[in-house]
Amino acid sequence: MIRHLLGATAVLLALTACSRSDPNLRQTGPNPDLPAQNQTLVPPMKIAEPVGWNGERPAVPAGFAITPLATDLKIPRQILVLPNGDILVAEGSGGHAPKLRPKDVIAGLIKAKGKSSVKGGDRITLLRDADGDGQAELRTTFIDNLDAPYGLAFVDGALYVAEQGALLRFPHEPGQTRITAPGAVLTELPSAINHHWTKSLTSSADGQTLYVGIGSNSNVGERGMAVEQDRAVVWAIDRQTGTHRILASGIRNPTALAIEPTTSALWAVVNERDELGPQLAPDYLTSVRPGAFYGWPYSYWGQNVDPRAHPQRPDKVAEAVKPDYALGSHVAALGLSFATNGGFGGAFSQGAFIGEHGSWNRQDLSGYKVSWVPFNAGRPAGQPVDFATGFIKDGKARGRPVGVTFDPQRRILLIADDLSNTVWRVAPQ
Amino acid sequence: MIAATGSERPAHNPLHAILLCFPIALFTSALISDIAYLRTAEMQWSNFSAWLIVGALVFGGVAGLWAIVQLVLAWRTPQRLATLIYVVALALAWLCGLINAFKHSQDAWSSVGALGLTLSILSTLFVLVAGWFAYSAAPVRGIAR
Repeated sequence: MIRHLLGATAVLLALTACSRSDPNLRQTGPNPDLPAQNQTLVPPMKIAEPVGWNGERPAVPAGFAITPLATDLKIPRQILVLPNGDILVAEGSGGHAPKLRPKDVIAGLIKAKGKSSVKGGDRITLLRDADGDGQAELRTTFIDNLDAPYGLAFVDGALYVAEQGALLRFPHEPGQTRITAPGAVLTELPSAINHHWTKSLTSSADGQTLYVGIGSNSNVGERGMAVEQDRAVVWAIDRQTGTHRILASGIRNPTALAIEPTTSALWAVVNERDELGPQLAPDYLTSVRPGAFYGWPYSYWGQNVDPRAHPQRPDKVAEAVKPDYALGSHVAALGLSFATNGGFGGAFSQGAFIGEHGSWNRQDLSGYKVSWVPFNAGRPAGQPVDFATGFIKDGKARGRPVGVTFDPQRRILLIADDLSNTVWRVAPQ
Repeated sequence: MIAATGSERPAHNPLHAILLCFPIALFTSALISDIAYLRTAEMQWSNFSAWLIVGALVFGGVAGLWAIVQLVLAWRTPQRLATLIYVVALALAWLCGLINAFKHSQDAWSSVGALGLTLSILSTLFVLVAGWFAYSAAPVRGIAR
């Protein structure tokens, strides 16, 4: 057995020692550097141990102040600001993917180390800061007993909530602080397995269409392609009738959707595949082009073929379009909000805030911050800049950003942090 | 040792023999399910292989520990060579299986591939050799007498 142990140790060392990142690769912007694929026998998992903030706060650029608007939430994910300024926070955790392999059991145990131990609230919390002093003088449970709510939208006097299995509509009176009536199901959403359970949501500029992002049911098809029907797609849903069509496909996990204000085009942040190496494949920000196929699972960033998808589909690979803008590999972009009405002004007038939950699939941690991607004339213009940082300190996680929401009325940015269960509020000083 | 090993007694404790049955059956089954996966691209076959290999490692590991003890006890007996071959072959099967368990943790087509199939073949061959020599290490009536 000693022979076994020594041999196993040597093998493990050999297997894990071959997955280093190259800091010279530029993996953000419209043309990211893509290294060669590097599939290792032991995935290079690195979980940042959660330690909390202990009274400290994320760092924001000079001229801004960040304060906790709400703490002790139950896994806050996405945020919506209502016309009267009330802030809604969707809280919850979803997914019910069965563990099919020994790997699923082991990886689940490891990944749980990087998450909050709090149970998801399955609710929406309302925060009211009517005087805008950064203190929520009212906090209520706005809607309870939901099933992993995530995407939120408010159109024409009604609140839309994308649960992990259905898109619900709730009638809403201005100033209401609690809704007890059950939501009406506008349409069911694909929810079998729900490996990627988050259903992102936004409404079109004219309010007639609701867009829902539906993530894939696997990393790269390892649960079989039969369960990928209606997955890795963005649905366009008629707000009146609830009928849907696939707007874009092959878009692995579109975790946040938003309308770019100057062009009214739909944009998404998308999480790409794991286990091809620490610097593959880059997560991205892209306009969602109607009818486009974004490659998953057959290829990434255009025509880069993924050998794990089988049978391979050269026809689909040829069809795959390149996304607009890379955000970096494994940063886990989960939040997207455009600056509207001039944003914060100055360097933060036109562009998008991106919430990056942070990596678990590479040794050198990436993400764990809120980035700013400057835009010009409705297109990204330049490299991303850090907006809120400090979520990692000394290799340990104090928080993990998820949804970001810019409120043009109060000129604040709200950041949901699902590790410290906080909603952060960033405002100019 | 020879005197202690009666002519009617098997070389193995029955529990040791039962433990060794598992890696023989499970590595072999994993090879078959790997072939089924490569022929069909039906993920469930690869999932079967992953569990079969882990099962073979667990039971094979215990059988291997027992085998090492047996090797020490048999060192000055005519069974030494057969027991040594048994231990080495089982160790090689186990090592190939360990690497293969990691290989099978990769996703989709990469969960088997050429390397996974090769390792399954090697594990199966080594464990069959191990079983052959383990069970033929039983004292032959003539020698024992």
